[in-house]
Amino acid sequence: MRSTVLIAVILAMAFPAAYAAETINAAGATFPAPIYQKWFQEYRASHGDVQINYQSIGSGGGIRQLTAGTVDFGASDMPMTDEQIGKITSFKVLHFPTVLGGLVPTYNIQGVSGELKFSPETLAGIFLGRITKWNDSALKRDNPGVNLPGADITVVHRSDGSGTTFVWTDYLSKVSGEWKSKVGAGTAVNWPVGLGGKGNEGVAGQVKQTPNSIGYVELIYAAQNNMPYGVVKNQAGVFVKASFDSVTAAAAGAAKNMPADFRVSITNAPGKTAYPISSFTWLLIPDKIGDATKRETIKAFLKWMLTTGQNDTASMSYASLPAPVVAKEMKQIAEIK
Amino acid sequence: MATATQSVPGRARTFLHGVRGGDQIAYLVTFLFAASVVLITVLLVFELWTKSGLAIHKFGFSFLRTSTWDPVNDQFGALPFIYGTIVTSVLGLIISVPLGVGAAIFLSELAPPRLSNTLTFLVELLAAVPSVIFGVLGFFALVPLMRDHVQPALISAFGWSPVFKGPAYGVGVLTASMVLAIMMFPYIISISREALIQVPREQKEAALALGATRWEATWDAVVPFARLGIVGSVFLSLARALGETMAVTMVIGNDPKINSSILAPGYTIASVIANEFTEATSDLHLAALVELGLVLFLITMILNGLGQLLLLVTTKPGSAKS
Repeated sequence: MRSTVLIAVILAMAFPAAYAAETINAAGATFPAPIYQKWFQEYRASHGDVQINYQSIGSGGGIRQLTAGTVDFGASDMPMTDEQIGKITSFKVLHFPTVLGGLVPTYNIQGVSGELKFSPETLAGIFLGRITKWNDSALKRDNPGVNLPGADITVVHRSDGSGTTFVWTDYLSKVSGEWKSKVGAGTAVNWPVGLGGKGNEGVAGQVKQTPNSIGYVELIYAAQNNMPYGVVKNQAGVFVKASFDSVTAAAAGAAKNMPADFRVSITNAPGKTAYPISSFTWLLIPDKIGDATKRETIKAFLKWMLTTGQNDTASMSYASLPAPVVAKEMKQIAEIK
Repeated sequence: MATATQSVPGRARTFLHGVRGGDQIAYLVTFLFAASVVLITVLLVFELWTKSGLAIHKFGFSFLRTSTWDPVNDQFGALPFIYGTIVTSVLGLIISVPLGVGAAIFLSELAPPRLSNTLTFLVELLAAVPSVIFGVLGFFALVPLMRDHVQPALISAFGWSPVFKGPAYGVGVLTASMVLAIMMFPYIISISREALIQVPREQKEAALALGATRWEATWDAVVPFARLGIVGSVFLSLARALGETMAVTMVIGNDPKINSSILAPGYTIASVIANEFTEATSDLHLAALVELGLVLFLITMILNGLGQLLLLVTTKPGSAKS
């Protein structure tokens, strides 16, 4: 008698999933994790017992787990490469952009409190170690009237591999041939100069502490922590301050030439109002899902995410998808079979 | 049911006594437990070896000799990480061993009992603090202090030598070594103190009877007797320093370059594994990180082996018999 009860208790503890109608496991990027958690929670509340577990283990980990088949879908801050896609033979991976984020150059210069302007060549020059002083002629030209000191520039970058670093280096690769050939784009790169800080908070802390330093952080992080950040010149030659609107504008600018599989980088996007260091983040969904209930649940969630879910973006400090992109994604949902 | 439960242990006891004997069973069981240590070690090396196969095959020994760490172009060289790991650990030891052993001598031999008990309690408390706390303290307290005061002073006094060349970033190899030293400190005190307390009273009393002062008796009679324990504490903390991850990565600057200056930023093996493992997108990158783990394992073994050798060589006739 007693042992039967015991076994039942143990089983119940081991398989809590048995009580939920549907459990879906996902893993991947950390940058969109806060809004994903909120979405999964809200969706569960409004659509009965649909439990989506999300582990924010990083984009690389998400792609690996999807490839290994240990999760139902993945999430990544950068599109999968052809090589990565080639490794998965049992299904095709569909990319679904979910929200947008922007990166900003943040700095701490003694005697300068205002907003600095950066042109792409200058940013690349600083991070390549070509521009070493704050009163370099390139910086002075973009910032007339600002009293820039003759101090050495200390560059701070992310030390941990991250989608943030991918977007930043992807942008520098697009605007500087030298950066592209010498360093390139990736989640972790061989930095020509600078100190490494761990995470947004590590870079932000290092910049705050080190006089005359410059680093890059996510827009939401800079905004929430009241850090000064620079305006960046976009492809159209206009200096644009990062905001939800200018980031969404970058996505709209890129939407015209959006490839069918959504694997697109929107850094240095065209358009007068587009902020140039912007990026999508993606859900990676298999196009074949054997389990019919699971398939329908995921499809229904995607529809909800692209419509109702998008209303949450502003309150969670993400930029929302432009309407043409949403329309294209809605069509892609039908490809999940 | 009741009769069955009573008879089972009885039968087992006869089994134990009659067939093998309790001693032999105990021997076998404890032997298996001890053997599991060997098994775990072998499995660990095997796993590291197979998982890093891609990198070992591609780079061979040049992995240990080259200094480029470029995940974008799949070029990996471990030298800056090996250098950073060894330099920070050894510098940390140089700082913490004299302090730790000195404090242990005071606590075990010289301090009044009440003070000694209070301080020992605090030391053990310090040993239990998670390393990330030391990292945060280092980042917010030690780094500004180093940047604004210690490093400029070192640069102005010894700036002529390549070892103390600027600029003063605050973070760097020396700062990491100091955080490691603070972390090793309670370990060295705690274990050395235990070793010193174990020294027979006669040892000290004999020295005092021969006319030695209190300090002479401590330094010449008690400390040599406890040297094994003291050296043991040093190696235990060295192992901790070699593998320390979070505290180091927060204050070292994470720049994989070999720089003669100890004020310059550096990088350690454990830090780079923690930093890049989650987002390593290419297989070769992942394999190179695992191979770094293998290298760290080897470094720990080699340094421990050297320590044992040192102990063996110095424990010659004439020195303390311990």
